[in-house]
Amino acid sequence: MHELPQNLVNGLLLGATYGLIAVGYTIVYGIVQLINFAHGEIFMTGAFGALSVYLGLGSGTSMWIAIPLMLLGAIVTSTVIAVLTERLAYRPLRNAPRLAPLITAIGVSITLQQLVWGFYPSAKSPRVFPSLPGGPFHIGGVLIQSADIFVVVAAVLSTLFLAYFVRATRTGRAMQATAQDPDTAKLMGINTDRVIVIAFALGAGFAGIAGVAWGLRYGEIKFDMGFLTGLYAFTAAVLGGIGNIYGAMLGGLVLGLVQNLTAIYIADIPGMSQFSSQSWSSVWAFVILILVLMVRPQGLLGERVADRA
Amino acid sequence: MRNRSLLVLTAIAATGTLTLTACGSRASNSGSGGSGSGSTTVTIGVDAPLTGSLSALGIGIQNSVDLAVKTANKTNEVPGVTFKIEALDDKAAPQQGSLNATQLVGDSSVVGVVGPLNSGVALTMQKTFNNANLVEVSPANTNPALTQGPNWQTGTKARPFASYFRTATTDAIQGPFAAQFAFSTLGKKKVFLVDNKDAYGVGLVGTFKDEFTKLGGTVAGQDHVTSGASDFSSTVNAIKSSGADFVYFGGEYPDAAPLTKQLKAQGVNIPMIGGDGNYDPTYIKLAGTASNGDFATSVGAPVESLPSAQTFVANYKAGGYSQAYGAYGGYSYDSAWAIIEAVKAVVSANNGKLPSDPRQAVEKAMSNVNFSGVTGTVSFDQYGDATNKQLTVYGVKNGVWTTIKTGTFSG
Repeated sequence: MHELPQNLVNGLLLGATYGLIAVGYTIVYGIVQLINFAHGEIFMTGAFGALSVYLGLGSGTSMWIAIPLMLLGAIVTSTVIAVLTERLAYRPLRNAPRLAPLITAIGVSITLQQLVWGFYPSAKSPRVFPSLPGGPFHIGGVLIQSADIFVVVAAVLSTLFLAYFVRATRTGRAMQATAQDPDTAKLMGINTDRVIVIAFALGAGFAGIAGVAWGLRYGEIKFDMGFLTGLYAFTAAVLGGIGNIYGAMLGGLVLGLVQNLTAIYIADIPGMSQFSSQSWSSVWAFVILILVLMVRPQGLLGERVADRA
Repeated sequence: MRNRSLLVLTAIAATGTLTLTACGSRASNSGSGGSGSGSTTVTIGVDAPLTGSLSALGIGIQNSVDLAVKTANKTNEVPGVTFKIEALDDKAAPQQGSLNATQLVGDSSVVGVVGPLNSGVALTMQKTFNNANLVEVSPANTNPALTQGPNWQTGTKARPFASYFRTATTDAIQGPFAAQFAFSTLGKKKVFLVDNKDAYGVGLVGTFKDEFTKLGGTVAGQDHVTSGASDFSSTVNAIKSSGADFVYFGGEYPDAAPLTKQLKAQGVNIPMIGGDGNYDPTYIKLAGTASNGDFATSVGAPVESLPSAQTFVANYKAGGYSQAYGAYGGYSYDSAWAIIEAVKAVVSANNGKLPSDPRQAVEKAMSNVNFSGVTGTVSFDQYGDATNKQLTVYGVKNGVWTTIKTGTFSG
């Protein structure tokens, strides 16, 4: 069966990374109904932020000390950039027709890409990212790299933290209120501008973590890595039900699995071998997306909300 | 309602993002080329990816042409004519290449164009240049169909565009050359083929496959990857379960390096062999120790080893360019120099003056160009292909590309 367990694991790992990025799309959409297409670039800048920290530390530093600092660097970089873009690009368009911020988001995406390309040292070709020591580990016929463990731990902890934050903290409840009805939330004394900034910052933090995870897994980062990945993560958010944070994670996992499994097993269906390759896997991902949306237009975990057009 | 509008937005946005990345600003960059008194200034256009993941190669091409132009101006190579360069960025995107071609044709001072890097881009540019009789010399295109027509494989070779020339060898030679090396020299019998779906990658894998199966090798499997993807785990698993003893990759190093890295990380220690798209120091930098034992073929003999290239290498260093000349630097210099030689021939045939519209004359003069360039003797056959058909196999040893053997494919 072409090593099914290994493929399942690979799919889930890829999906967990998509999920981490998808959370950012979904939080921001849930609150301001903006599809932040620059979010893929926020993920990319996070990875470059982590790389900068690593390069600043010098070569002798142990990875166990470097990793927390790199994570911090990634989160700070992507959060600062996300908050800045919100302040400079999206807030002035808060009451504009919806297409205006959407197109602005695409503009921000291209701008960030080109800034990194132009000004980050040697970012014109992919940059090598440090890798974790140890591994690979053989677990029942499945080969696991040490970076894969990092992905799992990061995804689980982040999702738990997010669930706690949204449910149990004051700010989290303010976010929920703003998502349900921004006007009433404002009347209740919630500073909605602040909530929106926090939503952007939270999504960016997750994207930063995903950036480090990505770099550790693939050993390289590049200025345009956020584009395709961001598109897939956005797909994951829609698949899971945009606006729902658990949906984003679930959508990511499903998408990762679909991409990995279709790339290999479609070939086993007689007459379908030409539709099975790494490049066709994105086609299958979108086929699944369309099928799911036909049956459940609100996404896997989305709620049917009829009060807003 | 909300969900429906969301879907519409998704569609618009996704299409929008995909399209927008393909257009955007045009990076123009003019090199030096002071116009002396009484001399005509003509432009040599450059089209290459100056941004994007292949920009390292593209900027090497631009700088090498810039060096050729500066050298020609300094030595007053063509009396009464001053050269300057106009470099356009094609982002390795065929659509952008076609826009650039129109722009270069529209500029009447352009007498010839060096580029592009990608065969897929060249396909969209050829006709525009040909209609304007504007000479195009590519330092890097290796797809055979560009010079010998789409039916070259069945033996009906027909040159589609008289204005297209190249200094690089074609994949009709490169693929089989690699197949012979893998089969006879390395003794590998089972290949897994991977391409990146563009004209170059598919063409290279196709010619490799034909020769390899003819020699008696078997194809254990094949996969096509998306250029720019980072996760190749499904491809790696397909290779792993196929039992192949090496991988042949048609594409460029930004995809090849992560693939070979992820392959070795999964414990599949088989070499990857690629074409000139893999032959770049960045390949080793990105793949790290995983690249040890991999091979790549590249056009021509290694530039550094050629006595004819020593001046080029020294001048390039002295030119203070921040980027390396890359895999195609020598070929780009020779491409530009071929245009300069053609202009020289046109000028001397016209009583020492450049005709008001020199394009057609330059195109005619190209076929008689014959000079000793950086990469050896530069001249073109009846299809516009370089007569120099040398290739070299390089292997990664201890983190550097080392020359394994130089030769050509025969038969």
